[in-house]
Amino acid sequence: MSNLSAQTTVPTTTSTTIVLPVSKAVLWLVGTAVLALLAYYFIGVDQGAYSIFGKDMHIHEFVHDARHFLGFPCH
Amino acid sequence: MERQLILRGLLAGGAGGLVAFVFARIFAEPQIQAAIDYESGRSAAQQTLDKAAGLPVEAAEPDLFSRTLQANVGIGLGMILFGIAMGALFAVAYTICLGRVGKLRPRTLAMLVAVGGFLGIYFVPFLKYPANPPAIGHEETIHDRGNLYLLMVFCSLVLLVGAVALGKRLTPRLGNWNATLLAIAAYVVVIGVLMAVLPSLGQLAANVQEYGRHATETPLPLTDDKGTIVYPGFDADRLYAFRLYSVGAQVLLWGVIGLVFGLLADRLLRPRTATPVASTV
Repeated sequence: MSNLSAQTTVPTTTSTTIVLPVSKAVLWLVGTAVLALLAYYFIGVDQGAYSIFGKDMHIHEFVHDARHFLGFPCH
Repeated sequence: MERQLILRGLLAGGAGGLVAFVFARIFAEPQIQAAIDYESGRSAAQQTLDKAAGLPVEAAEPDLFSRTLQANVGIGLGMILFGIAMGALFAVAYTICLGRVGKLRPRTLAMLVAVGGFLGIYFVPFLKYPANPPAIGHEETIHDRGNLYLLMVFCSLVLLVGAVALGKRLTPRLGNWNATLLAIAAYVVVIGVLMAVLPSLGQLAANVQEYGRHATETPLPLTDDKGTIVYPGFDADRLYAFRLYSVGAQVLLWGVIGLVFGLLADRLLRPRTATPVASTV
């Protein structure tokens, strides 16, 4: 506040001007998204509509309450 | 930079999951337990009816995990891992949006992406296929229900991205306000048509065949062969409370993700050589 002249002369960037080059970050972004979707799948979907471990219900039963509460269809 | 953003996303997601878990432990667990008690009582009544009618009675399967474990550790792990996963997706979306969706401060963008995550991943699908406590849901339809729910999540997310892109495209011609309104309207119309077209769960073939036409799979009263009610239908107030708390938990989850990530991203993205001018928040 003490430097009022600077406020008028320096254009204040109220927004960030950083744009990350997605092409360079693409491995990290895609990898993260895939892992996150895997977690989403195992918490919400596996051993319900689908199952990749056959007829085992351990994951489903362990996170059972969370699955209901997070909005996934459950058994 | 993207690695730092992803790390902060995981942190924010873990925090959001933790808060949602505490909320769930206090508010949802009593509802879940009551629903399970209803389910047990109902199946006991069904067994009595079956026995009287001379039908074979199925023995209940033993629980893989105790209720205590499910209601404390299981729901905790599920909610926190879900939070971390959503935090990771959030960070990816944030990184892509950064600087590409208009002039927004890091914290404002964080809250907007959080609102998008809440709407796209949870709330819009919830409007068509809401969360159900135990006792609701027929085993034979789980495949269809699962597919429909995932389809709804996928479509709501794709349409949300489409709406943002549409808004961006219209902005130069119509200005920010009108473009935003128009994009929202387009989203509501298309998702509304989709919701009208997709079947309600009670209308799935297996349900219509066995129970007749109903909107949902919520258990109806159990009647004996004379039509006398021997066990009540699912408590409507309990269902309402469960669904309300489910929405509450997601609001908390995404709210904490937006707030925590916004704070962390603001520190990360603020220019290092911050002048006093930067204090014009």
